[in-house]
Amino acid sequence: MFPPLPNPTVQPTPAVFGEQDLIRRSASSVPAPARQLTPMAKLIDVSKCIGCKACQAACLEWNDLRQEVGSNVGVYDNPSDLTPDSLTVMRFTEWVNPETQNLEWLIRKDGCMHCADPGCLKACPAPGAIVQYSNGIVDFVHENCIGCGYCIKGCPFNIPRISKVDNKAYKCTLCSDRVAVGQGPACQKACPTQAIVFGTKDDMKKWADARITDLKSRGYKNAGLYDPPGVDGTHVMYVLQHADQPQIYAGLPANPRISLIVEVWKGVTKYAGLAAMAGMAIFGALHYLVTGPNNVSPDEEEKAKHLAGGPAS
Amino acid sequence: MTNSWTDIKNTDLVVIMGGNAAEAHPCGFKWVTEAKANRGAKLIVVDPRFTRSAAVADMYAPIRQGTDIAFLLGVIKYCIENDKVQWEYTKAFTNAPYIVKEGFGYQDGLFTGYDETKRDYDRSTWEYELGDDGYVKSDIDHPRSVWNLLKKHVSIYTPELVERICGTPKDKFTKICEMIAETSSPTKTMTSMYALGWTQHSKGSQNIRTMAMLQLILGNIGVRGGGMNALRGHSNIQGLTDLGLMSNLIPGYLTIPTEKEPTLDAYMSTRGFKPMRPNQMSYWQNYKKFMVSFLKSMWGDAATADNSFAYDWLPKLDVPGYDVLRAFELMHQGKMNGYFCQGFNPLLSFPNRKKITAALSKLKFLVIMDPLDTETSRFWENHGDFNDVDTAKIQTEVIQLPSTCFAEDTGSLTNSGRQLHWHWAGGMPPGEAKKDAWIMAQIYTRLKALYQKEGGAVPEPIVNLDWRYKDPGEPSPEELAKEMNGSATEDIADPNDPTKIVLAKGKQVVSFAALRDDGKTACGCWIYSGCFNEAGNNMARRDNKDPDDTGAFPNWAWSWPVNRRIIYNRASADTNGNPWDPSRKLLWWDGAKWTGYDVPDIIPTGKPNEVGPFIMNPEGTARLFARGMMRDGPFPAHYEPFEAPIANVIAPKIRGNPVARVFKGDLEQFGDAKEFPYAATSYRLTEHFHFWTKHVQINASLQPEFFVEIGEDLAKEKGIKSGSWVRVWSKRGSVKAKAVVTKRIRTLTCDGKAVHIVGIPLHWGFMGRAKMGFGPNSLTPYVGDANIETPEYKAFLVDIEPIAGPVA
Repeated sequence: MFPPLPNPTVQPTPAVFGEQDLIRRSASSVPAPARQLTPMAKLIDVSKCIGCKACQAACLEWNDLRQEVGSNVGVYDNPSDLTPDSLTVMRFTEWVNPETQNLEWLIRKDGCMHCADPGCLKACPAPGAIVQYSNGIVDFVHENCIGCGYCIKGCPFNIPRISKVDNKAYKCTLCSDRVAVGQGPACQKACPTQAIVFGTKDDMKKWADARITDLKSRGYKNAGLYDPPGVDGTHVMYVLQHADQPQIYAGLPANPRISLIVEVWKGVTKYAGLAAMAGMAIFGALHYLVTGPNNVSPDEEEKAKHLAGGPAS
Repeated sequence: MTNSWTDIKNTDLVVIMGGNAAEAHPCGFKWVTEAKANRGAKLIVVDPRFTRSAAVADMYAPIRQGTDIAFLLGVIKYCIENDKVQWEYTKAFTNAPYIVKEGFGYQDGLFTGYDETKRDYDRSTWEYELGDDGYVKSDIDHPRSVWNLLKKHVSIYTPELVERICGTPKDKFTKICEMIAETSSPTKTMTSMYALGWTQHSKGSQNIRTMAMLQLILGNIGVRGGGMNALRGHSNIQGLTDLGLMSNLIPGYLTIPTEKEPTLDAYMSTRGFKPMRPNQMSYWQNYKKFMVSFLKSMWGDAATADNSFAYDWLPKLDVPGYDVLRAFELMHQGKMNGYFCQGFNPLLSFPNRKKITAALSKLKFLVIMDPLDTETSRFWENHGDFNDVDTAKIQTEVIQLPSTCFAEDTGSLTNSGRQLHWHWAGGMPPGEAKKDAWIMAQIYTRLKALYQKEGGAVPEPIVNLDWRYKDPGEPSPEELAKEMNGSATEDIADPNDPTKIVLAKGKQVVSFAALRDDGKTACGCWIYSGCFNEAGNNMARRDNKDPDDTGAFPNWAWSWPVNRRIIYNRASADTNGNPWDPSRKLLWWDGAKWTGYDVPDIIPTGKPNEVGPFIMNPEGTARLFARGMMRDGPFPAHYEPFEAPIANVIAPKIRGNPVARVFKGDLEQFGDAKEFPYAATSYRLTEHFHFWTKHVQINASLQPEFFVEIGEDLAKEKGIKSGSWVRVWSKRGSVKAKAVVTKRIRTLTCDGKAVHIVGIPLHWGFMGRAKMGFGPNSLTPYVGDANIETPEYKAFLVDIEPIAGPVA
């Protein structure tokens, strides 16, 4: 059994990391931090996952989010994709192993991978909307988010989702609020089989090694760790039974990389883009001067209320 | 469970069959993952569907629902033929060597003594032959020894026959036999984890029994990492069972008297439990102590030796039991007019929903005690397709008494592993909700006042009920727990020195060993005796130390009986008292007494070569041959479900279990394979807990809508796309659902015929936060297990067709 993290005390605990530990800040720079935090990681062992969705429930509970009751679309995945409320979802894949002809039900918990080289952050044009701490956590700062959706384009894993309520991007925070006070993420706490464990990245790799040895002894000769080098490794890693074919796990990219467009955007184009945005602002102002304000129709008002979760009149 | 949840980590092989532990018991399942990590244990899953348990299994094999006995008898045959038997254990600890009476036999699917008109057996030949000394004759080589009869009985269940009946591919079946047979070694153990997948059949008791027999010949009962482990479906359903859930039981598995037992002496005359072999404990010989102490706890000072401890005030059964099927049958006939429904949702829980609705509609009154607004409490309300009733025609008066949920009340919960866990209220009940004990006490005190004022027929049991609680309007959980534990009603003197008082009046008894049949002790539930004694509330203990990591955690909460964690634990040592597996010691004989990590399940000084480990049986051994204890046979035999896609290939004329009770009118409502070609089964999903969590927004979002699952072949044949709408119907009803088309359900070939399986989960209704839907009970047949009447939910026939969805 992975040694469980001790429960917190009832006394308020000061956060062990914060603003001073940022190593990256979108569309802006940060001073070099005075210290390097120990890199942390969450390890998701797909071979131990029973798909119970306790992690999904815990995530909604801890973050005080509520996913609307959807419908069945012919699979066990519910909701059927990540949403601004469901920051993690289980993805179920029925795969027939061509070697054994046996069915395998691959259940992968999807969510932010907390890349060491985060494409979302690099793509983000809003200063300080996405930050990275020296322990590896990539977090969204919603007050700075402009809802442009570039983070989605920048993400090699297609993770962030834009809320229709406040037009801001949402994704897993690796429970940065819990980690800051010495706790593991809510999903890890709720996992009944310890398919999710949390600790220093080094410890997680060691734990993964033991799991891989066990899987190999059970005939999974390609069992391995998913910690893709294309994004300099991730702070959410998987143990996979078939690490040679990550794509069978509901399209987990075999070699994730930040898209070329984002890398280019990071360079010269970003400034050109910013210039274009300034141009748009000038156009907007001119548009207002010429045609007057955009009026909101009562119908639109009603829709907005509904989206905001308020009572429909 | 014979063992405990934490003990599962000690096993070498987990067999999940007749259950889906990962899905239905995800928290307990952690001990399976521990066994894999600790001991490199393997996991086998046998199920009609590739379940979430199968997703993490080392070996999965499909099986047609309702054919588990054929499969397991096939495994027993394999073990016998390949000499994979724990011989010393089997010879010494089971009834294998005993000789069965002449005249016993089995032919064409029936045992001797069958009466077709009564649908019952004369079981007089299902008995041992006695010697002149009055004891059972024992000779394993005798042609009529239990062992030789068993060998003959299982001989027909070849891998070919198993494949033909179960649809399990022969190679997979054989591989599983090999894996299971390995655990016949004294240093290897297997655990059986099962649940409703075995109980909800017309031969549910025999399903479990067959695995128990296999576990016995492998020597896997009473040992660490072994056992028959029933995973219970509610947090406290084990507690409810212990306290007399079944309509023919009173607390502690004592039985309610029948009409044929008008006096306590007549009742006790068939409950002597004389040992059938020399030196055996036959612990039920103490029955009268438990019974009299129970009567004393009911009627206190009014129960005296002169009135046979108020035995007359106990109800006497005129039928074997008033199980739920009989109760609703009587309601349907208009013979039962009032119904108290406490923590139950019969409209979705009991089979043939149309009949249930009709029955509830005939009641004069229906009282609902529940924390939730259940479908049953709104059975009279029209909810369109989902509850299409004519409200104006229903005259039943429905009274809803909102009660607290478990987290709003203090008390104990008994888990599957027989552990009584005390818990404390975590919140205040909302609105007008009241605790169940308050509600029942209020009803009782008012009833008593009415009886005192107006008299009436037989007022004694009500007016004399012992009700010495501090607040008669609300007995406290502690008072009730102490009553279960039992206490002295008078000073009890040392039998050797009458001047010495060993237990003063009013003191709690230490355990059931102190109970008496002279009225000097009272005890509400003998098996719970010890839970709250003079040492305090043992259920509230929270010491998680586990000496030598045996998995026993002896000071964590409290297990019945007497804090024993593994029952039959004397069987963990050989006939000399040495542990079978020195690396997994549990109990051993130190030359003078039994000692070890657990509370010995034997008299501490009982010599290992004399006293058998199965102390509750008069034989002292476990039964491979059940004598007349089960209505449907001393050995299990393959019978098809009442609705099956193929005929019984062993005995084609027999439909279902030949002794299962079928009420008039229900037989006509059984469908056949011509009209309803697909084999349906029902089950639960991990996202929901029965019908409760659809009231919870988060759970509702995780599994929002009713669906049925079918394999790709059937989907193609019928033109059904995943996520589209279908209608599924049986002889008794029809439901509309979304279709989930999956590789996890495959077409089986049984008796040369392609069998398509339709899976129907059960969490939806017309109340709560999830989308409105149906449950499988709209479709299932009104028939139960031959011994305990658990309805046959797991195997029935349906048809299916694609339909246009409702207009959004």
